[in-house]
Amino acid sequence: MDALVNFFRPHLLPLVYAVVIVALLPLLAGYIVLLERKIMADMQVRLGPMRVGPHGLLQPIADAVKLLIKEDIIPEGADVLIFWLAPLLSVTAAMLAMAALPFGPAFQIADLNIGLLFILGISSMGIFGIVLGGWASNSHYSLLGALRSAAQLVSYETAAGMAVVSGLLLAGTLSTRRIVELQAQQGVWYAFLAPVGFFVYLVASIAETNRAPFDLPEAESELVAGYMTEYSGFRWALYFLAEYTNMVVVGAIAATLFLGGWLRPFSGTRALDFLDYAPSLLMFLLGGYCFYRVPKQPVRVQGGVLAAVGLLCLALAGVLGAVLIPPLADTKAAVHGGFWFLLKVFLYIYVFMWLRFTFPRYRFDQLMRLGWHFLIPVAIVNVMGIGVALVLHWQWHWGLAPALVVTTVATLLVAAFLARVGERRQKPLVGET
Amino acid sequence: MIDKVLFYFFAGLAVVSAILVVTRRNAVHSAIFLITALLATAGIFLQLRAEFLFIVQIILYVGGIMVLFIFVIMLVNLDVALHQVQFNRQTWVAGILALALGAQVALAFRLVQKNPQGSEILRLPRGSAAQLAPNTELVGRTLFQNYMLPFEIASILLLVAMIGAVVMAKRKV
Repeated sequence: MDALVNFFRPHLLPLVYAVVIVALLPLLAGYIVLLERKIMADMQVRLGPMRVGPHGLLQPIADAVKLLIKEDIIPEGADVLIFWLAPLLSVTAAMLAMAALPFGPAFQIADLNIGLLFILGISSMGIFGIVLGGWASNSHYSLLGALRSAAQLVSYETAAGMAVVSGLLLAGTLSTRRIVELQAQQGVWYAFLAPVGFFVYLVASIAETNRAPFDLPEAESELVAGYMTEYSGFRWALYFLAEYTNMVVVGAIAATLFLGGWLRPFSGTRALDFLDYAPSLLMFLLGGYCFYRVPKQPVRVQGGVLAAVGLLCLALAGVLGAVLIPPLADTKAAVHGGFWFLLKVFLYIYVFMWLRFTFPRYRFDQLMRLGWHFLIPVAIVNVMGIGVALVLHWQWHWGLAPALVVTTVATLLVAAFLARVGERRQKPLVGET
Repeated sequence: MIDKVLFYFFAGLAVVSAILVVTRRNAVHSAIFLITALLATAGIFLQLRAEFLFIVQIILYVGGIMVLFIFVIMLVNLDVALHQVQFNRQTWVAGILALALGAQVALAFRLVQKNPQGSEILRLPRGSAAQLAPNTELVGRTLFQNYMLPFEIASILLLVAMIGAVVMAKRKV
């Protein structure tokens, strides 16, 4: 017994963090879905969900209840055990990847020496859930969706990995916490030092999370719903949760490696310290807007719910503001770090949604050509370019900035050349002459 | 105590799932048990504080099974495979080889028991956790400083294999 207690004592805080993450993620995923529907509605000049709660704010909870009490169907001829196992695999892989992410200087389950590799390796295991689910369903649509998903992941993971390497070269460590601390020391986010790497990661991460314009694995018009056609109820919800958790994970990787993690914009510049008031002010304005909308709600209950949301925003504003006063200044880094990190992750996810509602879906051959003929070569040239820049910096004592500018321009020239060659090589489509 | 429990858990899992890989009739089930066996091995690496090996095991081997899955789904006709003979008649060859391997392991075990500090034949230095501390950096330095030439030769070999596969699969590029 003592052995057990001694074994678990240093792991108590990480355990609490893990429970918090596992408990909050489904809620967060639900609200990302609501956000997505609202943004989609906004871009299509509609209102979106408006019925459940004020402005549809309680829609995710209604959806969750609906999914839980839906009939659970297992198709005939399915491999039942694997059919059960597959969604669990997807969710577990996505959630495990959260273990090494630094949500703030204080909130991190484990700072691993292999941090970034761990996240990439574990989260890429989620594809097993997709392929096994598609295979076990005993349905052609599912199988086709699963195979497309596997092909897409294999093609784009290389590009994403190379893009991550370009950031790692600048940091020189895999530990997620050290990466952010180094960006604080150098006073610049790696997105500005390795812009090509950041762009390649952005595109590849959209493809990896199977989102439009790369959503061929679940193309509704061709495959019904892809690998999860035969799933219903809670199991389907698990797939959905895994997908949105994966979005948070890729957003968090991008935020950590390229966008300065939990750091405030211009965290090194004393003259811009007034930005510390921004989080509190933002929350305060949001709360104020909620109260302003209360009398305009059609139903009294909805007004009450909106007032509660407003109070929540004001409470957050209070917390974010309170840590600015000197006696509580020790906790400032932790609280504000969490705010900035989540803000960056959400902005990254917003870009995903923006692209989704802007671009039509790729054809499969276009998807493969973009991956193999453009992104992977550009990513490899970019890694070599950053390596050359670092050698120029260390051995020949160039400044880091001019060296990187030279190599980035060279990389962009290569990219332009590849794009032109790709255009010339493209075969005419059916119907074109 | 906990270390021992964890070790026997991972080791047992690896052995049992390795046996199941061979005995399952359905090729997809075999592939799943192969994943479990490899993950259990990764767990043992992690217990030895070889973090880098742990994650490389997962990325390369477990990730590689992804491709194996696709081959199984696309190339193996499962309905036919279910009715085919599963084992061939070379059991005795395999038995002799297994016995030889077992004897080798037993001998190594005896040698270590006799001389725990490690003899000339079997040098097994005991490392502390601190010695392996920046794991990734240590592996990188060892590979690129002490074993530079073998590493490069292995890379060229892999590159040749890769180009060869592409050339053989695709006549016209």
